Amino acid sequence: MDITSASQLLDLVKERKQSLSQVVAEYEAFRSNTSCEAVREQMRETLKVMRASVENGILDKGERTHIITGYGHLFKEAIAENRVLGCSLLKNVVLYALAVGQHNAGLGRIVACPTAGACGVVPGAMLAVADELDSSEEELIEALLVMGGVGIVSAAQGPISGAEGGCQSECGVASSMAAGAVVYLMGGSGEQVFAAASLALQSHLGLVCDPLASLVEVPCVTRNSTSATTAIVAANMAMAGIPAVIPYDECVVAMKQIGKSMPESLCETSKGGLAASPTGRKIYDELRQKHSQ
Amino acid sequence: MARIGLFDIVGPIMVGPSSSHTAGAVRLGLAARRVLGKEVEKAKITLHGSFAATYWGHRTDVALIAGLLGMPMDDERIPHALEEAKEAGLEYTFEFGDLGDVHPNSVRIQVEGSGDKMELAGASVGGGRINIFQVNGFEVGVDGTYTTLLTRHRDEPGVIAEITKVLAIHGINIAFLNVSRKTRGSEALLLAETDDDIPELALQHVLRIPGVLVVRTLPRF
Repeated sequence: MDITSASQLLDLVKERKQSLSQVVAEYEAFRSNTSCEAVREQMRETLKVMRASVENGILDKGERTHIITGYGHLFKEAIAENRVLGCSLLKNVVLYALAVGQHNAGLGRIVACPTAGACGVVPGAMLAVADELDSSEEELIEALLVMGGVGIVSAAQGPISGAEGGCQSECGVASSMAAGAVVYLMGGSGEQVFAAASLALQSHLGLVCDPLASLVEVPCVTRNSTSATTAIVAANMAMAGIPAVIPYDECVVAMKQIGKSMPESLCETSKGGLAASPTGRKIYDELRQKHSQ
Repeated sequence: MARIGLFDIVGPIMVGPSSSHTAGAVRLGLAARRVLGKEVEKAKITLHGSFAATYWGHRTDVALIAGLLGMPMDDERIPHALEEAKEAGLEYTFEFGDLGDVHPNSVRIQVEGSGDKMELAGASVGGGRINIFQVNGFEVGVDGTYTTLLTRHRDEPGVIAEITKVLAIHGINIAFLNVSRKTRGSEALLLAETDDDIPELALQHVLRIPGVLVVRTLPRF
């Protein structure tokens, strides 16, 4: 049993007359020579770490980060003081994603999903939607399996690292995975999962990886929150019946080709883009000086 | 192509900020600790390429020391590893150096403890995965996908046959075998990557083989 593409995974769902999450659980059980129950238990632990990273990230005031200063904490205060617009879903998705991104940058314990740099996207979107829909832990475990399925087909066909594919292959793929999880929690079909994944990735194609001073801080942490928000927007569009037009597999291949034509300076080397801006260089020089002392 | 692991995508669970500069560095430190097989008292660490350029931002230094102290990559004590090293009496030095034509995220770790010395060079190749490419100056290739048996032994006829025989008796299948030496009859190194975990009893049996000097295992990561 193997999972190689979205279309092949959806065929497996039909052939086996199983849910998408069950097919993913069986794939992993087969691959790692264990049971579906053990896979779900490990997912339960993963969910716990995700939740804890949100809570700890909100408390993080930026003691261990170099440029950013407790972004989750700042946003939480702004919500409490009614300084931000929007419904609770829009506020929470941004809050949670910022919190996890901050926690990661500050040497906190997180779930890399699919990478450490993009680790705020999935908890941001999925846990904010879970609050809204009052989803159970069991539903969230199934959502994580569905999301894992989106991630596996992405990794099977394209790059999953800023160094190889730019940020489109970190925050972009994370947004696709999150969109899939959200569609699942909304009660959508497997086809809708991948339509949402496709719409989310389409909004990220071409995105470069140009972090300041080689840190996972600017623009990574704030981008985690916009990618998480995009996931919810993409899920809503897919549930409304707006077609992705380009199938997910083809979007991933396009991402791979775009990644190949990206110059090295924009693939996690901090040599181009924002990292090479006057302010980006200034911050780098200051940090370097501070640490050479 | 090997099947992609669900928990490699939804995971790993790790301490941030970077899977390659932090999580992979913890694993390289842990590997050096396992190769020594004792508490590390002294460590000389040489950072190469991107490791040397970004170590302070991604706390690669802290991560390597955390690994040398035996912390796994999701251990929340990792940020305090330098303080813990002080308490544990682990002396370390960091240097920058050119390890040659190797992966940009490479490091050489020389460790000492209880009168024993070992040296390892490896790279963090992305997503927290590592590749150990040198042990005690011998070229190797170990990525932690398998449990690995390491022996230092005298380069004599029959030693390797005895080692593989002991593994067979314990029902341990060898997936990959790497044997190297510097000159004929000198000390040699064996690395056996196995499908099965290697129990303590098997290690004791290997150590009793005439000509075997040191036996260690590296766990699967």
